[in-house]
Amino acid sequence: MSLHLERTDFAIIADWIKPGSSVLDLGCGDGTLMTFLQQQKQTRGYGIEIDDDDITASIRNGINVIHMDLNEGLSEFDEDSFDYVILSLTLQAMQSPELLLKEMMRVGTEGIVTFPNFGNWKSRLQLSLGGRMPVTKNLPHTWYNTPNIHLCTIKDFEDLCQSLGFRIIERRAVNHVHKSSLGLKLFPNLLGQIALYRFRRA
Amino acid sequence: MPDVIPADSVGIVTPEIAHFDQPLSLTSGGVIDTYDLIYETYGELNPQKSNAVLVCHALSSNHHVAGYHSMEDKKPGWWENMVGPGKAIDTNRFFVVACNNLGGCYGSTGPASINPATGKPFGPEFPIVTVRDWVESQARLSDRLGIDTWAAVVGGSLGGMQAIQWSIDYPERLRHAVVIAAAPKLTAQNIAFNEVARQAIRTDPNFHDGRYYDFNTEPDRGLRIARMLGHITYLSDEAMREKFGRDLRDEKIDFDFDVEFQVESYLRYQADSFVGKFDANTYLLITKVLDYFDPAENFGGDLTRVMAQARASFLVVSFTSDWRFAPSRSREIVKSIHDNDLNVSYAEIKASQGHDAFLMKIPHYLDVVGAYMDRAAKEVGA
Repeated sequence: MSLHLERTDFAIIADWIKPGSSVLDLGCGDGTLMTFLQQQKQTRGYGIEIDDDDITASIRNGINVIHMDLNEGLSEFDEDSFDYVILSLTLQAMQSPELLLKEMMRVGTEGIVTFPNFGNWKSRLQLSLGGRMPVTKNLPHTWYNTPNIHLCTIKDFEDLCQSLGFRIIERRAVNHVHKSSLGLKLFPNLLGQIALYRFRRA
Repeated sequence: MPDVIPADSVGIVTPEIAHFDQPLSLTSGGVIDTYDLIYETYGELNPQKSNAVLVCHALSSNHHVAGYHSMEDKKPGWWENMVGPGKAIDTNRFFVVACNNLGGCYGSTGPASINPATGKPFGPEFPIVTVRDWVESQARLSDRLGIDTWAAVVGGSLGGMQAIQWSIDYPERLRHAVVIAAAPKLTAQNIAFNEVARQAIRTDPNFHDGRYYDFNTEPDRGLRIARMLGHITYLSDEAMREKFGRDLRDEKIDFDFDVEFQVESYLRYQADSFVGKFDANTYLLITKVLDYFDPAENFGGDLTRVMAQARASFLVVSFTSDWRFAPSRSREIVKSIHDNDLNVSYAEIKASQGHDAFLMKIPHYLDVVGAYMDRAAKEVGA
């Protein structure tokens, strides 16, 4: 379900996390990000995963992984249980992104979300000029078999955060090698391929 | 028994008996003055004594977890799928210990054993024991074997409850608890099934208030019904449909009360193979052990508060079609652990077999336990 994350992305997320914090990683895959955060920031916490092979891999990697369907919310976690709740490249595959974002802000103090930016010029070009649903490096599926059922742009996401009453603390837009540039800072929604956000309750 | 013992089996094993003279005070207020525990071990205890794994058994099983007692054995131990060289609980790395619990009928002191005070079988005089008492007796066996800290305490169903109790009563004596197809306490429905089983036994004319040994008889009919009932709760509706459907044993319906449907045949076969080898008083006793299990009882029913005592890391596993101890029961356990910021992983295994799935060769299940035990082995240098 989740797309591949390069290590540079981990570095950005790790930069945002205070040492020794508690982390809930939603859609933790094989536990690579959790392992990275444990090593870099001495974090503790749990990963949530639904894929059988990823669960086995996370366990093998020594990560606390809990089998759970994110579409059913996070009701098993109490309010304010974690310093950070991370959702990396998974938001777009959720049945109700709005519900999950609210859940993240219920159980965590700070939310970190990354997603493929559908407002990127390549997507825009493929749809507007090509007349077809975009297929890009970050969104490699075709419309009929994609798990990504709720794609959004940077502007869309910020609108949603505002309507949910979230305060965005930091935004980064990066290209496919997860590098930032002046262009990306000026035109994030046009040039950014992956968007990274940290936010809190307002 | 296969002609040749498979390479991934522990092979021929011989149980041993540990005798204890120090009286054991029980939760019920009773005391057992002296007792035996029969146990088996597989693999080698390393010089640091850090690689020991305790396997706890469920209602009707015993200390014979893996391997064969002789070349004539028809079947290996009850968890042959899980325990052996190269298996999920790898006996090349771990020293595995399993005992028949107190009150059992496979060689540990139980209702059918001779009461030294009377020279006759205990029968109904055998005191009610609890999971706590079992853990206490297992802790004494650990002392006897020179094991301060278990690398892991592992169990399915009632065995998983013992692993939970271990983590509460002896937090420093286990590094990991593997809790499979268990529940934090029984539901009214669970207790109801147990009570029907008990009534079947206790109303059998051969029960004689539990003193059937004196009459040279056994409440076979009651025990058979209890076992048949038990087996219905061990399987899922789906598993029964897959296994038997409405298949007939013969080709046609005979319009009588003999065995007609395959499922009837199966239940009767399970009943037949149970009587004669299991003691009815032990069955009564162990259903009570299940009913009474409730570690949160003295903590206002708050499992999170009682699990605050634990220090172990946990693996919790459930099976989708298990309705006896459904996945939601395992998630209660998981929540009580992560509420205390303790290490826990949880896997819900897709399986059609119902509660019995914990005994079966289900690849994802065995992979999950194997991956967890691999980490546990690395931690202790095994």
